[in-house]
Amino acid sequence: MSSTEIDRQWTTRLRHRVAHRLPPEKMLPDTQPAYVASWIYVFGVTTLSALAVVILSGFILALKGPQWWHASGIGHFVNSLHLWSVEIFFFAMVIHLWGKYFMAAWRGGRSLTWVTGVVTFLVSIATAFTGYVSQTNFDSQWISTQAKDGINSTGAGSFFNVLNFGQMLMWHIVLLPLAAVVLTAVHVLMVRAKGVVPPFEEREEAR
Amino acid sequence: MSDSPDVTVAPWTGPQRPYDIIKEGTIAFLVVAILTIGLAVVFSSPDDPQVTIQQWSNRAPVDFAQTALAELNGTSGTAQYGAPYNTASSGQHLGPFTLAKWLGATIPVNTVRDFVLSPLESQPPSPTLSAALAQWKGAGASQRTAWVDAYTKASTKMTFAHGTVSVPTTSAGPVPVMINSLEQMARSGALDQALVTRNGFYTSNFTLPLLFLADGSYLGDLAQQRHLLGTQWGMMNETGNYPGQAWLWLYTFWYQVPPFSSSTNADVLVWAIMMLLSLLLLLVPFIPGLRSIPRWTRVYRLIWRDHYRTQSA
Repeated sequence: MSSTEIDRQWTTRLRHRVAHRLPPEKMLPDTQPAYVASWIYVFGVTTLSALAVVILSGFILALKGPQWWHASGIGHFVNSLHLWSVEIFFFAMVIHLWGKYFMAAWRGGRSLTWVTGVVTFLVSIATAFTGYVSQTNFDSQWISTQAKDGINSTGAGSFFNVLNFGQMLMWHIVLLPLAAVVLTAVHVLMVRAKGVVPPFEEREEAR
Repeated sequence: MSDSPDVTVAPWTGPQRPYDIIKEGTIAFLVVAILTIGLAVVFSSPDDPQVTIQQWSNRAPVDFAQTALAELNGTSGTAQYGAPYNTASSGQHLGPFTLAKWLGATIPVNTVRDFVLSPLESQPPSPTLSAALAQWKGAGASQRTAWVDAYTKASTKMTFAHGTVSVPTTSAGPVPVMINSLEQMARSGALDQALVTRNGFYTSNFTLPLLFLADGSYLGDLAQQRHLLGTQWGMMNETGNYPGQAWLWLYTFWYQVPPFSSSTNADVLVWAIMMLLSLLLLLVPFIPGLRSIPRWTRVYRLIWRDHYRTQSA
């Protein structure tokens, strides 16, 4: 087999491309630019950490099923962990988003990083919403019967029925978390590939 | 490609500093995990029990019977909803676009059949109920309408005593028996089951009982006591003193202000606004002016104050 033939393989091309864009020193850096020195940078990693706790607590809830937490003290505690990690997740994510806005973090070919971040934010809202309507308690009854009018008015209610508990639970524990995690992974890889956006240059500020 | 400072930036060639990404991630995870555990221990989480139709009909029997009548005479919220449940109305419209109507009644709900007749027919036969259902089925549409109209007219004087719904009319045909039977069925808990098991033994679809519950006043009254109505920023709240879906504040905000607070078209208008705002947020890097605000406001100088201090030194 010739080396040319190997070089043309999809697998080889993909490996070269990944190695070029995300070499180990970018993927797992041991240094970073000196300007990365502000509390605002904490909120990105806080968002990721909260997402990890959300998923871990969700895994435990999934092990025992959607009704478990109503009848078990441990279940209720795990539900509380799920709730509060979601609150921390959104709190950190919103601050992260506004921080990146005021840094104009899309500069230098980072537009797609911004776009994936915003899409992740929107998908996360949908994920949380489907969780609220899957609680099988008064909150889920009230929120679903109220939310149906907004969603139905757009026509989306025809295929996204918030009163269908089974459908909402599947969206909440399979489809939307999968989308959120994949989007988050892509977002983080983009940040690692492009690096953290540098400050506005003094020359530019004068314009 | 634009060379605007809002789009481009030269790659950093300045000094670097040590950065242990694994250590940072581990510490962040531990801090967040401990914070989450602390919040869960101190504040727990809300879990107000679900409302059942059995509970509703026992605690507010007249409201239940009036709602059952509204399902029968076609005046309930569900009966007059339009798509995706039926074709009773064209629904909300965004300018000339009736988005829901275009997709049609994809989740068909016939309130007479689904909320009254089918549940009653699922009951063990009794002479009185069987006769009433036979009388209903044997009558023409105009006769049924006349019976329902007579019952509806007298229903302002509806009372409930000794487990029976009473309405002062003698010209409503089988309707009093049907409403009373449905009331008994609801009070026993059988209606909760009948509405969810319509499609078989296994079910996870609660569309029918939730629509029925939402058509009555009982659920809304409970929500009002818990400050969950739409006029009380309800969409983002949850029971108890918890933050709820605080990230929905902007969506909920529109419902509190005119013209949306009084518009029958508010839902689709608010959704359109939110879709537009979401699109703007998504496309910030590509929108001149919007992408310049960070440079104009210079908030970034707070974020990178050490960098600029070093530069000016």
